[in-house]
Order: sequence, then C-alpha cells, then structure tokens
Amino acid sequence: MSYIQFDNVHKSFNGQSVLSGVDIRIDKGETVVVIGQSGCGKSVLIKHLMRLIEPDRGAVRFDDQDIALLHSRELIRMRRRIGLLFQSAALFDSLTVAENVGLGLRESRQYDREQIREIVMSKLELVGLVSAADKHPSELSGGMRKRVGLARAIATDPEVLLYDEPTTGLDPITADMINELIVQLNMRLHVTSIAVTHDMVSAYKVASRIIMLYDGRVEFDGSPEQVRSASNPIVQQFITGQAQGPIQVR
Amino acid sequence: MDYGLTVLGRRGVSFINRLGGLSIMLLRFLGSLREIPRSFGLIMEQFYLIGVKSLPLIVVISIFIGAVAAWQAAYQFKFIGAPLRLLGHAVGKAVVIELAPVLSALVFSGRVGAGIAAELGTMRVTEQIDALDALGINPVRYLVLPRVLACLLMVPMLVLFSNFVAIMGGLIVSVLGVNVSPETFLLGFKDSFKVGDFINGLIKAGVFGLLIGLVGCYEGFRAEGGAQGVGMATTSSVVISSVLVLVFNFIFAMLLFRI
Ligand SMILES: Nc1ncnc2c1ncn2[C@@H]1O[C@H](COP(=O)(O)OP(=O)(O)OP(=O)(O)O)[C@@H](O)[C@H]1O
Ligand SMILES: [Mg+2]
Repeated sequence: MSYIQFDNVHKSFNGQSVLSGVDIRIDKGETVVVIGQSGCGKSVLIKHLMRLIEPDRGAVRFDDQDIALLHSRELIRMRRRIGLLFQSAALFDSLTVAENVGLGLRESRQYDREQIREIVMSKLELVGLVSAADKHPSELSGGMRKRVGLARAIATDPEVLLYDEPTTGLDPITADMINELIVQLNMRLHVTSIAVTHDMVSAYKVASRIIMLYDGRVEFDGSPEQVRSASNPIVQQFITGQAQGPIQVR
Repeated sequence: MDYGLTVLGRRGVSFINRLGGLSIMLLRFLGSLREIPRSFGLIMEQFYLIGVKSLPLIVVISIFIGAVAAWQAAYQFKFIGAPLRLLGHAVGKAVVIELAPVLSALVFSGRVGAGIAAELGTMRVTEQIDALDALGINPVRYLVLPRVLACLLMVPMLVLFSNFVAIMGGLIVSVLGVNVSPETFLLGFKDSFKVGDFINGLIKAGVFGLLIGLVGCYEGFRAEGGAQGVGMATTSSVVISSVLVLVFNFIFAMLLFRI
C-alpha cells in the first residue's frame, strides 16, 4: 500500500465527466507535480485528497485508510495532517494576514498567543511577506495573496502539502523563491507534496515525478527526465506548448 | 397545464429539500452546542454584531409600532364607542402578544438573517468555507454555532426592549394625540398585563430567532455560483424566514389561545 492512493477515481459534475478512472500512487517523501490542460480536473483531483470533493466511484486512500470512511473527528484529524494551498488562495477576508496564517494554529489549541505570533512571522518570512502581516487580504496583490495562502498551508507543519498552482501570477524571481521553498520543505522536513502547475520550469525544478492528466485519466507518469524524452505526442505537445497536435483546445 | 404541474412539482421538491436541509442544519447546530466554551470568543463577537448592533433599529421601529397601535385602537374605540380608559389595555395586549415579537422578528430577518446569508454565501463561493474544512476547523462550530446562538438569545432580548419602547410609544400618542392621561393609560396596561403573555412572547421570539439564524446559515452554505448566487441566497433567506416566522406565529396562537 502506498501512502497516498487514488484508485479508479471517477467524478462528474452535472453529467459532465471530469475524472474517469484516475489511478495514482504516491510514496512518502515524493514531490509529485501534476500537469495538464486548463479544465482537465487538476484542482478537482487534489481536492479529493482533502475530501472537499467526494468521488462518484473509486476510492482515495491516505495512510492505509479509505478517507470516505472517516468519521467527523477522524476526518478533522486527517485534514490537519495535510496542508492545501487553494488555486484562488481562499483567504478569510475578515481576518488579517497574520490571523489567516495563525488560524489553524489557534484552533489546534496547542500554542499560546506569543508562540502563534512567532510561528506566523517565521512562515511569513519564508514567503517574503513579513511587512504585510497586519493587512487584510483585500489590500494585497494576487501574487501576495497566493503567498499568504502558502504560508497558511504550511503554518501547522503538515506532513503532506498540496499546492494548486503555487507560482501562478508571480514574477520569475518570487516564483523561484517559492520553488526553492517547496524543495526545502521536502528535503528538510520530508514533506510529501503534490503540486499542480502549468509552469514547466517549476515542474522540472521541484518534481521527483511528473504526472500528466488528460481526458480524465493519467496519460503519463514518470520522472522529469522521462518527461523530457517522452515520445508520447500528447506529452510532447504539452511540454513544448504547441497549439497544433493531438490535444485540441475546445 | 402539464408545464404548470411540473413547475409546481419542482417547487414542491425544492421546498421539501430545503426543509430537510434545514432540519439537518438544526441537528448540526444542536450537536455543536457542547463546543460553546471553545467558541466563546466568536460567540461574544456575534452577540455584539447581531444583538447590540440591532438595538437602535429595534428601538426606532418599536416607537412607531406602539404609536400606531394606540392610534388605531383609539380610532376603533371611537367608532364602537368603547371607553378610552381601556386604551392602555388594548395597546399592551397587542404589543406584548403579537406586535413586538412578530414585527421585531421580521425586521431582524431583514437586517441579520440577510446579513448572515450574504456573508456565509460569499464565504462559500470564494472557497473560504472549504478553506476552514481544509484547516481541520468545523465550519458549523466556527460559523453556524455563534450566529444561530446569537439569534436565539438576542431576539428575545431585543423583544424585551421592543415591548418597553412600544408601550412608551403608545403612551406618548395616547397622551398627546388622544388626550388620555398617562395614569389612565398605564392603569389600563397594568390591568391587562399577564406575566404568562409576556413570557410566551419571549419564547416565541426565541423560536423566531432560531429560525432566522438557521435559515440564514443554511441559505448561505448552499449558495453557489458567484455574486448572483449570493444575491439569491440573501433573498431566499429573507423570504423563507419571514414566511416561517408568520406560520409559526399562527401555530403559537392556536396553541396558546384556545378559542
Ligand atoms: N464545483 C464544481 N461544479 C461544477 N463543475 C465543476 C466544479 N469544480 C470543477 N468543475 C468542472 O470540472 C472541470 C475541472 O475543473 P478544475 O478546476 O479541476 O480544472 P483545472 O485542471 O484545475 O484547471 P485550471 O488549470 O484552469 O485550474 C472543469 O470543467 C470545471 O468546469
Ligand atoms: Mg485548477
């Protein structure tokens, strides 16, 4: 049994099939990058692991447990082991940046005020946003929000991190800093990660494995080197970014 | 005809769905009550936002509720030749039993119920509720418990104020507009006053508050889409809670006042 497992996951919305039989196995300590066309179901896929979306068929397993069977308390415990950076950042707009990042810590009731502030500032430092601590999300740029979302996801030091497009909307330098952070979290804290990205530069930089979703299934699953030398025309078209080829943009 | 039946059928299904959803929301709220100590700060915040901040509005509407009650009663009394010394009696009964609880609840549903639906609906469509789940924070404990509890306890408090202010409004109109002395008005009121009526009014208010809070949270949670979805949730919450308030009020009347 792998640490994280998607077994034949099917999901459709209003009769529109999005995932149709996804099988993925991920071991502890891996950093898996998921690529694929816009709208192919990458965000839907990683939300399944948090059980924010439940599969129509198939199962998602985490640490030898079918997560569909967890009861509310166990589900909460499981969710606290996983951090999720939403594609939209999904910051709490009534809270400040520091309160956003500290909320999970506060609600876990393991730290006092001082400790929380300290942890929050250290996480904000990692994403380069110490100066924004007391601002509200509405006062931030898109890229800044994304980084606050990242700080919030890593605040409680979860053992699994799910990043939905962590570098989208960031300048190349900040993007590289975030990639560096993802790599560091993996190397130093042995975090298992799944990152969704369109940015092949970051994909090659952070991935130990790259998975391509296409037409509701896993089209390709291999190391970055294997991706680069893949003969699969769908993979080739995607990584080289050509409008012409087997993938049709509809 | 067929089309009409289909629409009716669909409406019926969506109505029953909603009742089911509301009942589930009620159970989840009741289940979260044991977490009150843990959510104490959030609850206090909602007591302030929902209760204290509604007070000015309730005071203003209550003055006019009492005023119009006195005016209309005096008008009817004149018409049927009833003695004006009974004015305080009539106003007191009407205010304590029906006017203060029902009208306060309706205004409260517009101010607070709609606000809850809009806030939670926005949180739903911007994935903030998913974000709570993702952080391992139960949205029912974090969002629903403080709001519904505040509605449940604050509406009776507000009705308490409303009773007092409305009687004062009635008194002012009676003295200035109808030429009844304050002593006569208050004597009539005292004669009519029954602690039972008063308590029933407050219990009713609690039920109305619970309904308004639950409907607001439920409609907010099930919002989908974008701005339009939030708008629809807000509208539905006011429509549904107003109807429920009036229906429950009638049920209360039938139970408490046997003809
Ligand atoms: N809550 C939902 N209700 C209905 N349809 C949905 C919902 N969430 C996702 N979808 C649909 O599922 C499909 C996949 O969406 P998803 O957000 O996973 O795409 P994605 O691969 O992350 O795309 P992008 O790269 O643009 O973020 C889309 O066609 C979308 O319309
Ligand atoms: Mg996406």
